[in-house]
Amino acid sequence: MSISADAVRHIAQLSRLQIQQAAMPQLQQDLNAVLGLFEQLAAIDVSEVAPLFHPGDPSLRLRIDTVTEIDQRAAFQALAAEVSADLYLVPKVLEAPLPAANNP
Amino acid sequence: MSVLQTLRAGLADKSITASALLDAALARVTEATPLNALITESFVQARAAATSIDAGAHASGALAGLPMAHKDVFCTNGVRTTSGSKMLGNFVPPYSATIVQRLEQAGAISLGKTNMDEFAMGSSTEHSAFGACLNPWGSATNKRVPGGSSGGSAALVAARALPFTTASDTGGSIRQPAAFCGVTGIKPSYGRVSRYGMIAYASSLDQAGVIAESAADCALVLQQMAGFDALDSTSVDVEVPDYLAAINAGPGKLRIGVPRLDPRMDQVGGVQAGVLAAINQSLKLLEAQGHTLVDIDLKFSDVAVAAYYVIAPCEASSNLSRFDGVRYGHRAENCKTLVELYERSRSEGFGAEVQRRILIGSYALSAGYFDAYYLRAQKVRRLIANAYAEAFTQVDVIATPTAPTVAFGIGSTLQDPLAQYLADVFTVGVNLAGLPAISVPCGLSDDLPVGLQLITPGFTEAKLLALAHQYQQHSDFHRLLPPGYSAFPTTAKALLS
Repeated sequence: MSISADAVRHIAQLSRLQIQQAAMPQLQQDLNAVLGLFEQLAAIDVSEVAPLFHPGDPSLRLRIDTVTEIDQRAAFQALAAEVSADLYLVPKVLEAPLPAANNP
Repeated sequence: MSVLQTLRAGLADKSITASALLDAALARVTEATPLNALITESFVQARAAATSIDAGAHASGALAGLPMAHKDVFCTNGVRTTSGSKMLGNFVPPYSATIVQRLEQAGAISLGKTNMDEFAMGSSTEHSAFGACLNPWGSATNKRVPGGSSGGSAALVAARALPFTTASDTGGSIRQPAAFCGVTGIKPSYGRVSRYGMIAYASSLDQAGVIAESAADCALVLQQMAGFDALDSTSVDVEVPDYLAAINAGPGKLRIGVPRLDPRMDQVGGVQAGVLAAINQSLKLLEAQGHTLVDIDLKFSDVAVAAYYVIAPCEASSNLSRFDGVRYGHRAENCKTLVELYERSRSEGFGAEVQRRILIGSYALSAGYFDAYYLRAQKVRRLIANAYAEAFTQVDVIATPTAPTVAFGIGSTLQDPLAQYLADVFTVGVNLAGLPAISVPCGLSDDLPVGLQLITPGFTEAKLLALAHQYQQHSDFHRLLPPGYSAFPTTAKALLS
């Protein structure tokens, strides 16, 4: 099975990555080589096998019901590129403010 | 006595001081600069720590005054932590990983962070945003990779610039660089060492460990790192045995399973003849110690690489979705929309290999392919884990080459990512099953080191270390020095020279 350039672009979009057009042929070739390796798995009968998602005991431990986190907002926000009034800033998602009528 | 044991004795009887030891280490690390093994220095903090230890701090610490460096995958409070990526090029963590704290409490002195493949994805330490790291066993005209992803950690120990370093192993990232650089590296059982503060690659496979000259030194350091940590939900709450006592007691007489080499090895051109010769010689040496060699058939080992390269990228694509340019890490400039901010920050911040693995993971997890790839790989993973369990009903230890080749040339596999993946054939199964394994130097081939991998059942690191230590008491391969390098100084006189 091989992966098309359109499929690579779709996966890139899902992964929030931009792929330069010039890099596409090589990337497609590399991904196809890896998918070729995966074909080895198809030959194995796994019909009666349960998946093993984790090598250890997958059950979650319960912790003691006490507050252990402390307020580290300042330390964490110091790492961000843009912060204002304790909020992380990103480009605007909404084009314009909602009309006043919609704000009862 | 091992390097660390000799240094501890010297520090204890005050024939050497932590400051003199640190000065020697700093000089040797500086001399090793051409290897590009250390990417962030914390020399000032290290000097302050040495001074306070000489003044009596951490007096009872098992590693008090011993210089070392952390792989850059471990968060270090106040010291830049990049995971070898431009994405975290400006990231100074506000906290330390549990193992960093534990080693600090034991008195170890970190003088910086070691080079690595970006986000631990690679087997050569060429995939680093800080440039490729070199193997001290190579030369100016014959540059060799140190292996990866913990290439910087292995190279610094091999150059005898530091007596030990921390490292991490998701599919062989401690053992393969240890083999390529002629040093000893242990990957503990999954859950033995806390992953808190270790930057995640593939969370069900990642495990922290140690690289040092000998198994005895690995034992000494692992003793301080291992043990339950409430901050890691996958940390296992079982007692940590006394590893030094275990290696002194010896391994007893063991049955050592030697898997028949699988036919798919032809894909990587087979195991190099020189590697096989060194492995066979080391098996004879183990036999001479009274152990019994048993031919075994380790089922499904031929498909471990395929299963691993589905599962690890799937977990990576999920783990690395946190890097969005908003809260920390690289942020692209002048973005008009939120999606553009995400896409450009990630495309500028991640290198080619990381992007490739994210894409593979997203593909294998996407609708229509989840069952065929991800779910099927996790089922094959159970078959692989079962095959190890079955083998361990017949034998106590499994022995294989750590890698099919010696250290390859810089740049030789960059055009063919799949070739580098296939070379992980002997190491990835151990991570899929969560087992402990160690790589010990076992000879040279073409003047480059070969590593013997020993694998034991989960949470039997004591047995593993005892066997590796016994091997090293009857061989000198771990003391071989790369051409032009000298042993790490352990006496007051040597520290001054």
